[in-house]
Amino acid sequence: MSKALDTMLYLDGVSVSFDGFKAINNLSIIVQPAEMLAIIGPNGAGKTTMMDIITGKTRPDAGEVMFDGRTDLTKLDEAAIANLGIGRKFQKPTVFESHTVWDNLAMALRKPRGIFATLFYSASNEDEARITEILETVRLLHRKDEFAANLSHGQKQWLEIGMLLAQDPKLLLVDEPVAGMTDSETEETAKLLREISVTRSVVVVEHDMSFVRELGSRVVCLAEGSVLAEGSLDQVSKNPVVIERYLGR
Amino acid sequence: MLTQALFRALDRKAIWVIGIFLAVAILVPMANLLIPPGQFGHVPTYLVSLLGKYLSYAILALALDLVWGYCGILSLGHGAFFALGGYAMGMYLMRQIGTRGVYGNPVLPDFMVFLNWKELPWYWQGFDNFWFAMAMVVLVPGILAFVFGFFAFRSRVTGVYLSIITQAMTFALLLAFFRNDMGFGGNNGLTDFKDILGTPVQAQAIRATLFAATAIALALSVLVCSMIVNSKLGKVMVAVRDAESRTRFLGYRVEYVKLFAFTVSAIMAGIAGALYVPQVGIINPGEFEPGNSIEVVIWAAVGGRGTLIGPIIGAIVVNLGKSWFTTVFPEFWLFALGALFVLVTLFLPKGIVGLWKQIFGRARAAHPDTTPKASADIERGEDPATFGDAQPRPAE
Repeated sequence: MSKALDTMLYLDGVSVSFDGFKAINNLSIIVQPAEMLAIIGPNGAGKTTMMDIITGKTRPDAGEVMFDGRTDLTKLDEAAIANLGIGRKFQKPTVFESHTVWDNLAMALRKPRGIFATLFYSASNEDEARITEILETVRLLHRKDEFAANLSHGQKQWLEIGMLLAQDPKLLLVDEPVAGMTDSETEETAKLLREISVTRSVVVVEHDMSFVRELGSRVVCLAEGSVLAEGSLDQVSKNPVVIERYLGR
Repeated sequence: MLTQALFRALDRKAIWVIGIFLAVAILVPMANLLIPPGQFGHVPTYLVSLLGKYLSYAILALALDLVWGYCGILSLGHGAFFALGGYAMGMYLMRQIGTRGVYGNPVLPDFMVFLNWKELPWYWQGFDNFWFAMAMVVLVPGILAFVFGFFAFRSRVTGVYLSIITQAMTFALLLAFFRNDMGFGGNNGLTDFKDILGTPVQAQAIRATLFAATAIALALSVLVCSMIVNSKLGKVMVAVRDAESRTRFLGYRVEYVKLFAFTVSAIMAGIAGALYVPQVGIINPGEFEPGNSIEVVIWAAVGGRGTLIGPIIGAIVVNLGKSWFTTVFPEFWLFALGALFVLVTLFLPKGIVGLWKQIFGRARAAHPDTTPKASADIERGEDPATFGDAQPRPAE
């Protein structure tokens, strides 16, 4: 327990299995406040399952999951965890397609989530300024009144990152943020995530090695539900086990 | 706060719809009462009641659309809330009969005397008071929907499973109300009403007043629904419809959003039922028939779900068709209804309102389908929350 203090995210000995298949096997990961961590690993390594556990979608069979040093996440549901300050971007961009870009952000904006607070909500000037600022950051200001369904794949990724920013979380879980992006967009995304990680903790799952290199963060390689190697990208990618199991020769 | 919400609710479309029904609330009774029979423009009293019945159906269809069209909850049991509101009104009307019943008992309705009951059951107490009865019209469907919804939504019952249990709910009520010992008149239900608020229900002026009340209730329902769907909560409802799981990860309590919509909708359905009963003069367990609830879904689909005007148009058009069909080819009505539903689903996925927009081309070219498959069908199949495809998705 005491080890969890002062960490943003603390996973210790977490295991979960589906129909006998161990998706996560004795996994332990620590993320510090204002730290970025990149997670790589082959398909089926348990990266998405790990995010499901942190965000309350899946309950672990065993192990400890602590947020901000004191909150036990295994006891909470998705909405409660989101309101604690954990934001998630999904592997497939998941935006609300029948809403405009603006409304997507307005819904994500950190505001009381109660029924009547939402029913009688009116955007204040600060709220609008904040949404405009986020739109500028994710370069969607010119498309703010369009339906999210009409955005390109890369733009949906950006919109989802924008929604994360609007939620103003302490910990961001970002699953494959640059899939479908051009090289320059990828570069921009890396820059944005680096900026965010100055004040918040960020966990990025990604396959794109050049993107991971640009993030310049600590790297963890997962395989078969547990940590295979950990360290800088160079250290990890030189690790013979990682080369054999993931990167290939 | 409320004024801002009202202001948002009154967009141009809503003002039109509300204005039309307020005008109807005045014009039809005037045409009935002020223009003498036989003269051009006179609306006969039977027609006033028939139109009043259609408008109460329109409220019911709008109520269903609030949960189905906007929140993705396909309730196949909305007829139950309508019938419960109707029964509450029927109980008041029964108590007004007094000594004019066949057995002349001042307190007990005829069917209780017939069953040899000696005193009024506890749940009939208070129904001689109009305002108490009106409170029950709202509370009984509201509380049932709240309790039912609380357990169903908390357990994350969605899609076809939810539809089935709503259907089971109305079926269970149907069986219960058929029983004589329930104390609601069994098979025959409640009928033979005499007075409402001290005036004979059959009186022309009361018929006109009931019609006006129904039209005003419809206008108010449009206002309330417009207020809800134009608020941020309304946007969250649509988000729940399209990507329930994703909405949870944004920190919204999906179960409460659904519970709110479901309860408001049930209350509207109850009010519709209460307005319906004095205009048709009877309420019996047949109103709980599962088929009735399914018909409501068809009205909403035909008119265009996910719009406020669509279900109203659908309810009126389909029932006009029904009135005509059942006099000309009575045995074919159900076939026609079935065919209508199939054809609308195949060729008019957005209903009459969608067709209108297509023809008059005002639809914004870029508008995505009203019921898009959100890209957010996160890990489909694995998550019961996103397994919402059981609803007919007329979108593609």
